Amino acid sequence: MDTDQLIRMLAADNTHRAPRVGALLTMGLLVAAPLSILIFATFLGVRPDVMSAMHNPFFDMKFAVTLSLAIPAIIISLHLSRPEALMRGWGWLLLLPVGLLAVAIGSEAMMAPAMPMTMRLVGKNSRWCMSAIPAMSMPLLAGALFGLRHGAPSRPALAGALAGLLSAGLAATLYASHCTDDSPLFVATWYTIATAIVTAIGAAVGSRVLRY
Amino acid sequence: MRGREDEWTGLMRSAMAGDDAAYHRLLRGVTPVLRAAARRGLARAGQPPDQAEDIVQEILLAVHLKGHTWDSEAPFAPWLFAIARNKLIDALRRRGRRVFVNIDDFAETLPGEMPQETASAGEVTAQLNTLPQRQRDVLQSIAVDSASIKDTATKFSMSEGAVRVALHRGLSALTAKLRDH
Repeated sequence: MDTDQLIRMLAADNTHRAPRVGALLTMGLLVAAPLSILIFATFLGVRPDVMSAMHNPFFDMKFAVTLSLAIPAIIISLHLSRPEALMRGWGWLLLLPVGLLAVAIGSEAMMAPAMPMTMRLVGKNSRWCMSAIPAMSMPLLAGALFGLRHGAPSRPALAGALAGLLSAGLAATLYASHCTDDSPLFVATWYTIATAIVTAIGAAVGSRVLRY
Repeated sequence: MRGREDEWTGLMRSAMAGDDAAYHRLLRGVTPVLRAAARRGLARAGQPPDQAEDIVQEILLAVHLKGHTWDSEAPFAPWLFAIARNKLIDALRRRGRRVFVNIDDFAETLPGEMPQETASAGEVTAQLNTLPQRQRDVLQSIAVDSASIKDTATKFSMSEGAVRVALHRGLSALTAKLRDH
């Protein structure tokens, strides 16, 4: 087939109007969210002392950290769905949760310790944390990749890693309401490991499915 | 260069607003630039230039199917060249070559080195033959017989809507096959 013939086909298809990537990402996440919430409700559930926990600033801080990961990751993943987009100028957004955690760890260190540091670090739920966050992330990751497939990222593995970060951030937000370990040291260690696992899976899958 | 690129941006805006003729002109206008850059990339990778047209057609299909990722407030050329560069790198990688493709390869193409003639390529044709019968019929009718959507609908006793759906699905399937083969 010669190129003029191909162009004729493409021009004839000009009436087709595709939705925006953001619309499909939203759709993918909305379809996936009930599955993640189902995993949460079946195996985890909100911690029983949630009402009193809300008065603890370190409990609230967990949500600030997880959402400050999820929201910038959503924004960057949409930015990267354009082929000419660069990471430059956007990567600093991902330092937000790191900065928040650093501030939280600093302020906890200045307080009289309620528990020895090793106990705060290891907590009671580290194993749960490391499996529950990735498990709840998987439906969200699938939904995010479904939406981002509609885009045209120049670096599919990077876009997939961002999909991993956003789904881990959302799953960790759910998990934070279950977990009784509120120490920022615990969050910085175990949430980070869980997030790294999901991000690696996102990058590996993304490098295949986000090619266009 | 500047004037050419501004013209492309204007044509793409009109195309998005439903002007098929503007879209046709835009695709015809960018093709020689893509062709020159594809030949240069192949030459640098030590590959024969006769595969350039396959790469050009793959770029055009990607441009068509990913048009919605273009921001109509942004200039068209950087978006186009980013897609072209990705597709060229993919194509060279498939041929076992790792090469660095510079975005300037596209931006700095001079009118003198742009081959204007349309050329034939084998890969699209080969993949076209693997599509379901109905899609293949519709695509060939529009491409090879230059039939309109309306005429194609009459020829195959389909509705115009069904022709449009078959056309778009056929183009998407074709692109996926070219990418994954």
